Amino acid sequence: MAVTDMPGGDEKPKVRLLNDPKFRSIIFQVILVAFLVWLVWGMVNNAANNLQKAGIASGFDFLGIAAGFGLNFSPFLEYNQNSTFLDVYWVGLQNTLILAVIGGGVATIIGFLVGVARLSNNWVINKMAYVYVEVLRNIPLLLQIFIWYKGVGAFLPSKRTPADLGMFGQLNAAGLFAPKPVYSDGAGMIPLALLAAVVITFFVSRWAKKRQMATGERFPVFWTALGLMIGLPLLAYFIFGQPISAEYPTVGNFGPKGGMQVIPELIALILALSLYTAAFIAEIVRAGILAVSRGQTEASYALGLRPGQTLRLNIIPQAMRVIIPPLTSQYLNLTKNSSLAVAIAYPDLTAIFAGTALNQTGQAVEILLMTMLTYLAISLITSLFMNWYNSRMSLVER
Amino acid sequence: MKKTIVSALGVAAMGVTAFGASAATLDDIKAKGFVQCGVSQGLPGFSNPDSAGNWTGIDVDLCRGVAAAVFGDATKVKYTPLSAKERFTALQSGEIDVLSRNTTWTATRDTTLGLNFAGVNYYDGQGFMVRHDLGVKSALELSGASICTNTGTTTELNVADYFRANKLEYEIVAFEKADEVVAAYDAGRCDVYTTDQSGLYAQRLKLTNPADHNVLPEIISKEPLGPVVRQGDDQWFNLVKWTHNAMVNAEELGITSANAEAMKTSDNPAIRRVLGTEGEFGAALGVGNDWAFNIISQVGNYAEVFERNVGPDTPLAISRGTNDLWSKGGLQYAPPIR
Amino acid sequence: MANTNNDVSFVRSELVQASAPPSGEIGVVGWIRKNLFSSPSNTILTLIGLFLLYLVVPGTLNWGIFDAVWSGENRLACATVAQGGELPDGWKAACWPYVGAYLKLFIYGRYPDAELWRVNLVLIMFFVGLIPLLMPSIGFKRENLIFMLGIFPVASFVLLSGGNLNFNGFLIPEAIMAPSSFKFWIDFILLSLIICGLVGVYMKATETDPKQAVTLAAIAMAVIGVILFVMSVDFGLVEVETELWGGFVMTLVIAVTGIVAALPLGILLALGRRSDMPAVSLFSVIFIEFWRGIPLITVLFMSSVMLPLFLPDGVTFDKLLRALIGVALFSSAYMAEVVRGGMQAIPKGQYEGAMAVGLNYWQSMRMIILPQALKIVIPGIVNTFIGLFKDTTLVSIIGLLDFLGMINLSHSDSNWATPVQAMTSYLFCAFVFFIFCFGMARYSVFMEDRLNTSHR
Repeated sequence: MAVTDMPGGDEKPKVRLLNDPKFRSIIFQVILVAFLVWLVWGMVNNAANNLQKAGIASGFDFLGIAAGFGLNFSPFLEYNQNSTFLDVYWVGLQNTLILAVIGGGVATIIGFLVGVARLSNNWVINKMAYVYVEVLRNIPLLLQIFIWYKGVGAFLPSKRTPADLGMFGQLNAAGLFAPKPVYSDGAGMIPLALLAAVVITFFVSRWAKKRQMATGERFPVFWTALGLMIGLPLLAYFIFGQPISAEYPTVGNFGPKGGMQVIPELIALILALSLYTAAFIAEIVRAGILAVSRGQTEASYALGLRPGQTLRLNIIPQAMRVIIPPLTSQYLNLTKNSSLAVAIAYPDLTAIFAGTALNQTGQAVEILLMTMLTYLAISLITSLFMNWYNSRMSLVER
Repeated sequence: MKKTIVSALGVAAMGVTAFGASAATLDDIKAKGFVQCGVSQGLPGFSNPDSAGNWTGIDVDLCRGVAAAVFGDATKVKYTPLSAKERFTALQSGEIDVLSRNTTWTATRDTTLGLNFAGVNYYDGQGFMVRHDLGVKSALELSGASICTNTGTTTELNVADYFRANKLEYEIVAFEKADEVVAAYDAGRCDVYTTDQSGLYAQRLKLTNPADHNVLPEIISKEPLGPVVRQGDDQWFNLVKWTHNAMVNAEELGITSANAEAMKTSDNPAIRRVLGTEGEFGAALGVGNDWAFNIISQVGNYAEVFERNVGPDTPLAISRGTNDLWSKGGLQYAPPIR
Repeated sequence: MANTNNDVSFVRSELVQASAPPSGEIGVVGWIRKNLFSSPSNTILTLIGLFLLYLVVPGTLNWGIFDAVWSGENRLACATVAQGGELPDGWKAACWPYVGAYLKLFIYGRYPDAELWRVNLVLIMFFVGLIPLLMPSIGFKRENLIFMLGIFPVASFVLLSGGNLNFNGFLIPEAIMAPSSFKFWIDFILLSLIICGLVGVYMKATETDPKQAVTLAAIAMAVIGVILFVMSVDFGLVEVETELWGGFVMTLVIAVTGIVAALPLGILLALGRRSDMPAVSLFSVIFIEFWRGIPLITVLFMSSVMLPLFLPDGVTFDKLLRALIGVALFSSAYMAEVVRGGMQAIPKGQYEGAMAVGLNYWQSMRMIILPQALKIVIPGIVNTFIGLFKDTTLVSIIGLLDFLGMINLSHSDSNWATPVQAMTSYLFCAFVFFIFCFGMARYSVFMEDRLNTSHR
């Protein structure tokens, strides 16, 4: 009986190097990295060659040069004839963020309302919300911007015959000429009063919580806070002799003059961006609320909570956990979509930095890189913040 | 499209063919069989497509002249419509061979952008257009007006300079495309439309009621418009430069597309040199000796090009003015061919 | 049992006939009461809703249909007295003859009239191929896919552009052989041989039977060769430059090309992101997050302004092709996330099972994981496509004349210039986009329901 030798148990089977998965994965990665390095090197090399051969200046020196062109919208940052291309960048970023913040706020409000309406038992409300969502989200955003800007804009009264909106100012093809607040001495006390109200609210809510824990009695924190925040500044306003007044636009050579001009591009963008995004937010809200099981509602009722309390204390907090992650991506989409401002001459980052400044300096590579990295940074910061918030909100399981 | 796919394959095989030096522009053009010409996206009189995609205009005729000089056939041109933003990159990257797109010659563009201006085929200046009913007679009355213009152009900078120098307030509304600027002005977004004066006349045709608008007398800047080529290829630069010069010289010498053939037998040595019956100027440019004859017979001299595209008999109705010959009080002056 | 009849107690032996519900609970009245006026707050909501409807619906109908102008030759048909026309002052409604006059441009762009049959043929092929593919009940999915992904793209490319490309060769240095189409085919055969040889050597080195892999490589190269050959044949079609393409057809071309190119790229990226190899997954993550973090318009700016500078001298891309590259890379990142979602939904047992039967990585992906993962993400893919389809309108900003670009271009025609022109054309555009996107969204929901049931 020839018994064949069995290899020892701890002796590894002989494997060719190429068949060793570890070795293969290393080789594969080396090849990939080498290919990428070659590709990037090739592109950089090409770009450098092309730029050098054509005698095009490169580098970031242009940022210090005076831009020399005018801009029509910069509410917070100073921009004048001596401003540099770097200032243009900041103004553009500012205007992009303005769009993102206002648009995001309005979209959230409309989106929540429509989302709740989608779940309403009322047939009319329910169907209207459904039509709103389907129509708005199935029409390209750029088209909606054009509809608001050029379509509706075409029916606005001409510059010299503005429509009078009474206390809201005047409206014409060049935008809304709203009354501008004029501050005089003592105006600073009003924000101080508001701050005081916030601080008091903070302590009241802490005390109310403590008391509820101890005695079970509830204190109307919300209404107290609302009263404080409206009442204190109003009190300050009258005590210090009405230090804020409104400057209404007057008639100038070319239509209304003075006041606070809100350019039509901004209005059209806010309308289009927020209505469009709200359609998506509404669906997210609906899905979030539906994700909370029906038993939660029933349990709340069983504990004696009223429908409003059930929604506020039970359903919404739980739904928020489902809502927040997709909501984040909607905010990011809105920020990215705000770059469509370039189509209608609103001076955002894309329009004035990746547009006008690029045209004037011709430094395409530097400017587009800066622009893309800025958007990337906004995206990353927002998602980091939202991840942090999400982890705080999420269910802690034991 | 053909070129595209060949190029795509070129990229696919980058390892073999990429990163190599290219031949001279003129040789490339002869090899591919046409001149790739960058034009505007539609500016009547300068470069404008009709609904069938045929291009006409002063800038287009310059490209046709270059094609006539190289191939003896003015139709061997392909046009790339470009926005103000794309125009320089398109030239720098070699996508087009010559940019003939009402582009203003400035020091920056001539130096840091790596471009060469091969002459001036239209002397222009920036002006303003307003509605009649505003009652504005001079640009100095425009304080507080909102002004529509194109982004990334010299006009945008000139407006800023002019209003600052005259201490006037203004609101600028800058659009990417010329059509958008006109539409916004027409819709009443702005009180004033500013661009090169020739452009004002051209764009006025697109307004709903052209007669309701008038062009203010002030010209606030110098806008020498001309064809542009890449730096670093003198042979090609020369050819484009002398295409324009040949047209101006032809007008000066009285050679037209109609009489060019007959003029070949002229006794005037200057005419004979232009038409290639005397001297070897074509060879020095790298093209056939009848290069200028081809330009003139197929495209025409400068006067013909001007009258055909923007002259008094066209809807634009622009008079020669500064674009007349130097001998008639204008600025068009071409060095002699000899 | 005898005294049964004397028993006074009453036991019901059958159910009472149910009486009709109160009239307020059934029929139209009941429905209205239940759904619209069940409580005071509900009544208020209903009234608010009806008021909003009253504000929106009659106005819209009047604007689009009843007050609209339906025939005319030029702007005077849609102009009020003050604007030089005959309509009463204050008239505002749609001007449909303008859309009619421009309909051809809106659909086909400036594609030459004589060649329009080519576009129509492509459109017919597209819908004839697509509709059976979308209907789960119709068989021959495999053949259908081969047609849509293999034959259709090549055929439509040849039809739309005219084909007849000339290849000059790429491998042998020019010093040895002058560029010509003959040289290209020599080069191509050489390249195929080299690739097959490399595959064979690799298989030999890993002690696998090289025959199968080499045959596969040879077939792949042969297919590429046939495609290139078809593209280079002169079918006698006139060349139509992409500058003349436009309108809704261009919108379709960009969206379909974008999604077809994005799908394989997205699958690769999704595999890469889930890979164990750190370099591969890092690269995939950076790539995906980069494209998802920037707006499409900057991608398009990059492809139109920056890309040309990155290419070697003398290599240029067509404007449309550049936009297509940008769109494809952009959507591949989104596609990767969709596919990754599908792969994560596959139970771990499937991966382990595949390994257990001795499949290697690519085999298990190809035969086990991806077929399942791709099936669940069909709704996701359709949604990505809807997003991409809407986003194609952005190419109008970089000057391509897609549907929206063509509409904006038509506004510069003073022949039809009236205040209602912009709104009319935008409503038309919105209507077309709505029909397509809503249809696709419904399809996506339908597929989702179908797939859901099969999992429960």
